[in-house]
Amino acid sequence: MSDPSGLIPYADAVAAFDPVLGLEVHVELGTETKMFCGCPTTFGAPPNTQTCPTCLGLPGALPVVNAVAVESVVRIGLALHCEIATWCRFARKNYFYPDMPKNYQVSQYDEPIATNGWLEVEVPTPDGPAVVRVEIERVHMEEDTGKTTHQGGVTGRIHGADYSLVDYNRAGIPLMEIVTKPIEGSGALAPEVARAYVAELRALMVALGVSDAHMHQGSLRCDVNVSLRSSPSAPLGTRSETKNVNSLRSVERAVRHEIRRQAALLTAGGRVVQETRHWHEDTELTTPGRSKEQAEDYRYFPEPDLVPIAPAREWVEELRARLPELPAARRRRLQAEWGASDLEMQSVANAGAFDVIEATVADGADPAAARKWWLGELARIANERDVEVGELPIFPADVARLAALTADGTLTDTLARQVVEGVLAGEGSPDEVVAARGLRVVSDESALLAAIDEALAANPDVAEKIRSGKVQAAGVVVGAVMKATRGQADAARVRDLLMQRLG
Amino acid sequence: MTDLTRLTAAGTAQAVAAGEASATEVARAHLDRIGEVDAAVHAFLHVDTAGALAAAAAVDADRAAGRPLGPLAGVPLALKDVLTMQGVPTTCGSRILEGWLPAYDATVTRRLREAGVVILGKTNMDEFAMGSSTEHSAYGPTHNPWDLARIPGGSGGGSAAAVAAYEAPLAIGTDTGGSIRQPAAVTGTVGVKPTYGGVSRYGLVALASSLDQAGPCARTVLDAALLHAVIAGHDPHDSTSIDAPVPPVVEAARAADVRGMRIGVVRELTGEGYQAGVQQRFDEAVGVLEELGAQVHEVSCPHFPYALAAYYLILPSECSSNLARFDGMRYGLRVGDDSERSVEEVMSLTRAAGFGDEVIRRVILGTYALSAGYYDAYYGSAQKVRTLITRDFQSAFEQVDVLVSPTAPTTAFRLGEKLDDPLAMYLNDIATIPANLAGTPGLSVPVGLAPEDGLPVGLQVMAPVMADDRLYRVGAALEAALLTRWGRPLLEEAPAL
Repeated sequence: MSDPSGLIPYADAVAAFDPVLGLEVHVELGTETKMFCGCPTTFGAPPNTQTCPTCLGLPGALPVVNAVAVESVVRIGLALHCEIATWCRFARKNYFYPDMPKNYQVSQYDEPIATNGWLEVEVPTPDGPAVVRVEIERVHMEEDTGKTTHQGGVTGRIHGADYSLVDYNRAGIPLMEIVTKPIEGSGALAPEVARAYVAELRALMVALGVSDAHMHQGSLRCDVNVSLRSSPSAPLGTRSETKNVNSLRSVERAVRHEIRRQAALLTAGGRVVQETRHWHEDTELTTPGRSKEQAEDYRYFPEPDLVPIAPAREWVEELRARLPELPAARRRRLQAEWGASDLEMQSVANAGAFDVIEATVADGADPAAARKWWLGELARIANERDVEVGELPIFPADVARLAALTADGTLTDTLARQVVEGVLAGEGSPDEVVAARGLRVVSDESALLAAIDEALAANPDVAEKIRSGKVQAAGVVVGAVMKATRGQADAARVRDLLMQRLG
Repeated sequence: MTDLTRLTAAGTAQAVAAGEASATEVARAHLDRIGEVDAAVHAFLHVDTAGALAAAAAVDADRAAGRPLGPLAGVPLALKDVLTMQGVPTTCGSRILEGWLPAYDATVTRRLREAGVVILGKTNMDEFAMGSSTEHSAYGPTHNPWDLARIPGGSGGGSAAAVAAYEAPLAIGTDTGGSIRQPAAVTGTVGVKPTYGGVSRYGLVALASSLDQAGPCARTVLDAALLHAVIAGHDPHDSTSIDAPVPPVVEAARAADVRGMRIGVVRELTGEGYQAGVQQRFDEAVGVLEELGAQVHEVSCPHFPYALAAYYLILPSECSSNLARFDGMRYGLRVGDDSERSVEEVMSLTRAAGFGDEVIRRVILGTYALSAGYYDAYYGSAQKVRTLITRDFQSAFEQVDVLVSPTAPTTAFRLGEKLDDPLAMYLNDIATIPANLAGTPGLSVPVGLAPEDGLPVGLQVMAPVMADDRLYRVGAALEAALLTRWGRPLLEEAPAL
């Protein structure tokens, strides 16, 4: 039962085969109530406390469509440049599983609410970002299932478990599924394209305010389909579908892994089995799940308990007109406003720092200084603490103030970093930290000159070395002065004064 | 003192409102009657004595306090066991729901309670409403009060028999292919399937969602109308419920006037296959309508002969999905849970043990009809036929105001007679199914006894969507004319129990 294939190096895999991707992203909509009933959707409530006859599938209970969910999905469809159906229906997807209260899922099948769109994503390459247009096949609505946890056993999987518990709080949470058309032509960049696409979708959900799109909480879940073919002109190969891919990093790595695994299989003369595979965050491997060779027959048919949805054209146009600025447009605007290079914008994107930098600039900081702080010192600290930069306990206004204090010479970079430390430690605003810690640049020239003379006296050979052209020897004096002023001197200024002193 | 069980619902409500009888006395009289005859009839699966008396006492208290009473306050009613009632067993005639106590009231149940209707208990039915004889109940058949060796119709045989046996003046049935109308016909009572969407389905355990509709069972047309008015109307919990005013059914029943109405006899629902005495009584009744001033025409609905076939694809398809939730995981029966077997095995064992043969037959048929590769040929084609039948109705209603036919092709057959022949059983619904496929309303009213067996015959009236009032207008006019002719209600011809 162990994974029979080895892996071959990635470069060899993409040299020999052309990868084709397909991404299915499930997004939990951030509506206050469930898809077909009035139960709340709060995350983390005690099990089975947010349920009613409808979402428990009790005999006789009926669904009623959540109008806010429909509106959210139409807005997403519009943001993805989709056609919005003039008439569509829900369908029942029939299969038995204990976390499905009715043993069918109300979903959409051949009549999705939005079809044929696209999303442009920027993929980082050594030559700067490449823009890739990902074609969207469809966007549809459905209800989430309950959540099963298997108790006992070692793996948390159903096999070997002593018993299983089902929490129906999640049953009926509005879900939206966004399915791409086959993404072709990415070549070796396929893993980066997959990651960039999911990242862009997340940004879109957040911009539209329809979902918090937290991958770690499962409010955005991704299934990754990968297939290989011998050349871009060859027919599509057999695909595998990898589930449980719950971070951007994992999206990229799961694609990379599947390309290597399938390439190894094909190179060895084997064949790829159409199956569902599971991604393991810890081992960074996929393992086979259920085979789709005997494809499950879901016996879809139109849901007779719900009437069709017919979004009025005027309403759709009104929603289109009210769409907020979308991430791509925002990035273009900010790049122009900031005068930033493609590479710099890519760094901002990687750090997830658009919001904080924009706010810092709005608070008066120079765009370059704002970027420097958020992508430099603050990104480093966020990384150490394993949080997003936006989650650090420092306000954009604080960073703007730091930038101002540094620009007018009140603080050196070194001092400013100490101020950041103070702000993050909860010592107050930058000005309060400066005052409390006494962190001002020593700008009194007589004090600095006294310190320089003291340092020269302590190092009698240095003056001679500098005069004879060994300028780097000045470092010793500058260092001594900095030490004497407990770092509160401007090193460049000290160097200038030293040079003047020595003629 | 008069026998309170012999009053009509309208008469009972009047007596309670006037203080001539308390709701408690009325409830006790019916509970006593149930005690006397139900061992023989077996109309009830569960009698809620305490609940009924409490509801009756509440009505009496309201009256004593001078609070306004609804038009049916204090009137007892028998509820088909397919509608949920909080805290009262709801089995749908199936073993698989044995022991389940619903946590909520169906909208119909809630409206009845709010109107002061006294719910006596839950009535027997074919399991999950699948059948035309009530023989498919897991709890044993109901017997026809006219002849205990015969079927009371189905699936709502319990509700019709309860009304016919004076165990309750009113009952609620549900009609997916004739389950209110055919039992009414074979028990000499009145039964109405409202327009689809006219009465909320919330809390009605679904057989086939696109066909099911709850409606009234009664001994008179006016009583049915009064009950119809209480249970009908838009419900935000049911998306398929129609957001429009309830048709003026009570006014129509009181008007009872067919002068100038155009009545169409459906050519495809007469003649061959219909019992001679049934056809005879039907033809006579049509003659009576003509005498009352209606214009009678023959109308053709060319696709009606395909209705039964389409129905037996659509119904099993929907029911295979609707009944999937009965898996022993959350409520009801659970079989084989020995902590060794897998979830799938427990589900499978539970369903095999909990469902009867007719249910299993239809679940298998529906599962097959919806399968990939068969969907278009079966479910898809059946939906096309359904559209054609709807168009037949539409063009017929351009020519006439209502359509009429015999409700069922035969009078009540003997228990066991068709149990081993599902197709013969299915044919009993041949005249009632078209209205379910089109969502149009239908009513069955007694028109006499078949000469050859002395058993009741029903006439069906069908009207356009949301023109339910026309059913009552025709039904009440016919009822009044026949009552004059007979001198006493047909039910009084039934042998004493």
